[in-house]
Amino acid sequence: MKSLISTFMLLSILSFAGITTAEPAASAVEIKTLATPSEPVVEAVAVVAEIAAPAAVPAPAANKGDTAWMIVATVLVILMVIPGLALFYGGMVRAKNMLSILMQVFVIFSLTAVLWAIYGYSVAFTEGGAFFGGFDKLFLKGITPDSLAATFSKGVYVPEYIYVAFQLTFSAITPALIIGAFAERVKFSAILLFTVIWFSFSYLPLAHMVWYWAGPDAYTDAAAAEKAGATAGFLFQKGALDFAGGTVVHINAGIAGLVGCLMIGKRIGFKKESLAPHSVTMTMIGASLLWVGWFGFNVGSNLEANGLAALVFVNTLLAAAAATLGWVFAEWLLRGKPSMLGGASGAVAGLVAITPACGWAGPMGAILLGLVAGVVCFWSVTSLKSKLGYDDSLDAFGVHGIGGILGALGTAVVASPALGGTGVWDYVSNSVADYNMTGQLISQSWGVIIAVVWSGVVSYVAYKFVDIVIGLRVTEEVEREGLDVSSHGETAYHL
Amino acid sequence: MKLITAIVKPFKLDDVREALSELGVSGVTVTEVKGFGRQKGHTELYRGAEYVVDFLPKAKIEVAVTDERADQAVAAISKAASTGKIGDGKIFVTALEQVIRIRTGETGDEAL
Repeated sequence: MKSLISTFMLLSILSFAGITTAEPAASAVEIKTLATPSEPVVEAVAVVAEIAAPAAVPAPAANKGDTAWMIVATVLVILMVIPGLALFYGGMVRAKNMLSILMQVFVIFSLTAVLWAIYGYSVAFTEGGAFFGGFDKLFLKGITPDSLAATFSKGVYVPEYIYVAFQLTFSAITPALIIGAFAERVKFSAILLFTVIWFSFSYLPLAHMVWYWAGPDAYTDAAAAEKAGATAGFLFQKGALDFAGGTVVHINAGIAGLVGCLMIGKRIGFKKESLAPHSVTMTMIGASLLWVGWFGFNVGSNLEANGLAALVFVNTLLAAAAATLGWVFAEWLLRGKPSMLGGASGAVAGLVAITPACGWAGPMGAILLGLVAGVVCFWSVTSLKSKLGYDDSLDAFGVHGIGGILGALGTAVVASPALGGTGVWDYVSNSVADYNMTGQLISQSWGVIIAVVWSGVVSYVAYKFVDIVIGLRVTEEVEREGLDVSSHGETAYHL
Repeated sequence: MKLITAIVKPFKLDDVREALSELGVSGVTVTEVKGFGRQKGHTELYRGAEYVVDFLPKAKIEVAVTDERADQAVAAISKAASTGKIGDGKIFVTALEQVIRIRTGETGDEAL
């Protein structure tokens, strides 16, 4: 392969030399084509086919480099959930509830993983209606080691099994994010039942609406593109951009959290007793694991290890750093002291905000989006929350909901090529399409509104149902004693 | 016999222990405690939620001494635990009726 590529490069350099002397204008076009990541490999394969066996068309196969990267990326997203998110949240509760948080995240992750294989993947990622997929791949039926999943380049594939696993981790972190809103006061059994309902009726349809499409190979010409486009999810058809899950994961979970803490009510002693975090140290470790894992989340969403993946990496890194600074300096100016909890929260806010935008923003756009997210999320958890008076214990809505909405709308701005963004790729003309910021902002608003309303309604019904069947809240006595001993029969610390 | 109970700043604990050892005091009991006095508490801020921490951590030292040595011991603790700033703590001296060494059954001054 290596020698093959170098032969091809040599050939193209030679042809460049020829064209450059003759027609300078044509060479510019040639360079542009080369910049598209998949093009060289495809052409090289075609060249070899002609020389070696003109009749044989090489069967599509998974790209080994991309496959290797997707395996690593999937592991990184798992690291975000366990232990990343668990520690990030766990550090923020009182010591008597530490294990309840760790346990909720751990078991939600495991439960969702199994549900994903049984019906989740099929409902989210097979062709069906605009809102739900079909049941063709229940129990992962029909998937073999040779099954391929499309990437964002024509003719480039990864094994479907790793795509299944990668998407599994997304479906598993989302319900786990919600529990931050009502930490320290809800029954473990109620959380598990809620997870099953919400995962089925809010996560799966949102993932289908935003991400399901026929893949780039179907977009051969305008007519084929229209036909393929009609099979895609509702928000995909609306043109809403969500690179790594700002809408599907963060707005979706944030709204479910807000509805939850409004319906469940405040913790006993809210604003009267000290409900201070028991270990900001744990929270810092968790936030750092989230930050590292987020490279799998965002960069892995590119599905290929190429130049765009590198851009996504840089954007993710810079947005988190800028948001940390945004939050910390806002806090320092307005509250007197820059806090570690503020730094950790800021990093997560920036990661949330860049998630939908990371494949379309430029590095400076990412810094801008991060800075704004840090300041806005700081405002939402310190001012907005106390004005409205709800007890979103660990700010699932304040950081993920608000940061997610900001990121979804901000994507329309930072994606603009005029502001250093990459613009949106047109798979029919195989070039960057003309960019219309207002039009894109409308598409993004569709995504935000649908996610807010859909998740809001499903969450409300799910909480009501669970409250009737099991009861959401623990008794006052249990809440005072702490969930660790009462629900799990254990204590986090024996000091 | 006297029981001296001293509440001191935690980081002064080692100095106090050394000062008492120099006097020949052969044992003390130390407890980590919380409380408030004139120093009062401080405020902590977590994501905008303000918590007033009323009780500050202190070290409580209990030491039993003979009547003759009580004044010296109090002076030693007082000197060792002093920073001159608010929150240095307090020393309480109470009369002690009886002391028994469990291993040997000795009582009174001999048990100290």
